[in-house]
Amino acid sequence: MKLHEFQAKQVLARAGIAIPEGRTAATPEEAEAVATALGLPVVVKAQVHVGGRGKAGGVKLAKTAAEAKAHATAILGMDIKGLTVRTVYVERAAKIAKELYLGITIDRDKRRAVVMLSTVGGMDIEEVAESQPERIARAWPEPLLGLRGYAARALCFEAGVPEVQREAVAAMAQKLYDVFRSTDAMTIEINPLFIQEDGSVVAGDAKLEVDDNALYRQPELAAYKEIAPDEVQEERAKALGFSYVQLDGTVGIIGNGAGLVMSTLDAVKNAGGSSANFLDVGGGAKESVVKAALEIVLANPKVKAVFINIFGGITRGDEVAKGILAVLKDTKPKVPLVIRLSGTEAEAGRTLLEGAPLVSRATMDEAATEAVRLAT
Amino acid sequence: MSVLVGAQTRVLVQGLGREGAFHTARMIEYGTKVVGASKPGKGGTTQDGISLFDTVAQAVESTGANTSIIFVPASGAPDAILEALDAKIGVIVAITEGIAVHEMLTVASMLERSMSVLIGPNCPGLISPGTAKVGIMPAENFSTGPVGFVSRSGTLTYEIADLLTKAGLGQTTCIGIGGDPIIGLPTPDAVRYLNEDPDTEVIVIVGEIGGSAEERAAEYMRAHGTKPAVAFIAGRSAPPGKRMGHAGAIVSGNSGTAASKVAAFEAAGIPVATAPSEIPGLVKKALAGRT
Repeated sequence: MKLHEFQAKQVLARAGIAIPEGRTAATPEEAEAVATALGLPVVVKAQVHVGGRGKAGGVKLAKTAAEAKAHATAILGMDIKGLTVRTVYVERAAKIAKELYLGITIDRDKRRAVVMLSTVGGMDIEEVAESQPERIARAWPEPLLGLRGYAARALCFEAGVPEVQREAVAAMAQKLYDVFRSTDAMTIEINPLFIQEDGSVVAGDAKLEVDDNALYRQPELAAYKEIAPDEVQEERAKALGFSYVQLDGTVGIIGNGAGLVMSTLDAVKNAGGSSANFLDVGGGAKESVVKAALEIVLANPKVKAVFINIFGGITRGDEVAKGILAVLKDTKPKVPLVIRLSGTEAEAGRTLLEGAPLVSRATMDEAATEAVRLAT
Repeated sequence: MSVLVGAQTRVLVQGLGREGAFHTARMIEYGTKVVGASKPGKGGTTQDGISLFDTVAQAVESTGANTSIIFVPASGAPDAILEALDAKIGVIVAITEGIAVHEMLTVASMLERSMSVLIGPNCPGLISPGTAKVGIMPAENFSTGPVGFVSRSGTLTYEIADLLTKAGLGQTTCIGIGGDPIIGLPTPDAVRYLNEDPDTEVIVIVGEIGGSAEERAAEYMRAHGTKPAVAFIAGRSAPPGKRMGHAGAIVSGNSGTAASKVAAFEAAGIPVATAPSEIPGLVKKALAGRT
């Protein structure tokens, strides 16, 4: 789950990390009033859950309150990568002397957090990692010890942080690590981290993404959750107990188990087609879940055929069949259904489905070929 | 022969709730020695004929349990794993899905200081056909034989085991290592167990998008492999930036792509199947091609 910059900055400020003074505004008039109250110049920043706001024209410097109002007028309602800007963050402009990068994420291979510090600030860190890997200093703190002072200082030496700022940047890295742990963050980033003309350090931007599996113990952050228009179906699916990802092909997919469903998408591709979605009904899905899953897939107007691929284990073939029949009883689908049932109670499932308007195939490859043929 | 679990396995169940009780009954049916379950406050009583203990340490002392299987819900599961580690249980299998990543960082750190092996979390467990099943997989898809099998997936494991079994290719041990980003026994470590097992003649490695465990497994086999291997990667057609069901199945930027994993296996001389149905054929070819 992503936080907006202003929300992340509040979290950082509470942990003692310096941020420029700022407030949110939902209208141009509010933005103008905030600019006047804060003192000029200010930066007007779009608050949306995507990177690259600056390039999209969502971050603008204003030297007067009238200019802040004009920028807010332009930015509010703007579409950035499919998301509409509803709020701007108006912030005192920093007096920038130098830009650094400070970020922490999860290193899956090392099974540790990795703290990254670079004097190449303001750029996408993945691009820096690609083009100038030697410019990123890294540390992997032992989780029971945290990021100790010596390790934070070593990072500053390795990255080449100017001597005057070394202690301040090291302290900021330690505080950021504590926030990373206490918020169950997957990623936390201050990019750019400004060194100002007076030598002080301040967080220019802030990015914070929280582990969805930890929201139960982060109630304050969980309240910030926003569902983007293209995530509505995915969230609805999650509430019903299965996992759904919208794709842009024409074969609707239903399966059980993440790996099997991924393989099903691959089988459709191998057969020359493309999948409209990823849908995993999970282990032990009952009739009602299968019914809801089929309804979600059929609601997608792009779907020209549906491929149901079940390998029964804990999930029973007869429950799957009942779920399908429950949908067919109410409505006659406009697109053909192809099913491959195998494993636990598959025979019982196939018997239940006899006479139903669907095509049954014995293997995943055969069913994929048939579904692709029917979708084209 | 087998790795990690076998005839010597004595299982303690942590989390004998509805799901835990169901799968425990299936494990006992299979012939796995289930010696007890921990249920705080119920020590000294029994449930479905299984002796209950207040703590894992007490259970280990009374029963000699050397393996545990965890069905505790996500919020309590890290504590259950740490309790099993503290009691020095040798093989800990965490079935639970949805454990917070930061909890797993702490668990991984403690795991590295211990002699224990953690399988999972978010996994189907493991099975040494004919001797022990410590997991939730449907047993009828597995059979005894020379194939060692490691997989990040659940259902796909059953599907592939079924294909192998129907092709007459039984298994030594099938290890479902789990679909989370931080797991106890990543692919290269699981492969190492199978590579060092004298009865395993060929290794099947089933990976998926996300992370670089498959690349490291390929590198390990290139350097230390003593037997042939066959690989399969799920999610070749998955778009970047989308989590495909498993918390760990995500391509971020240029990392974790199927293409990188396939290339790593091919560079190590390990054939990669493009569909599960190709795996038995490649395994037979690998067995026939040995010198």
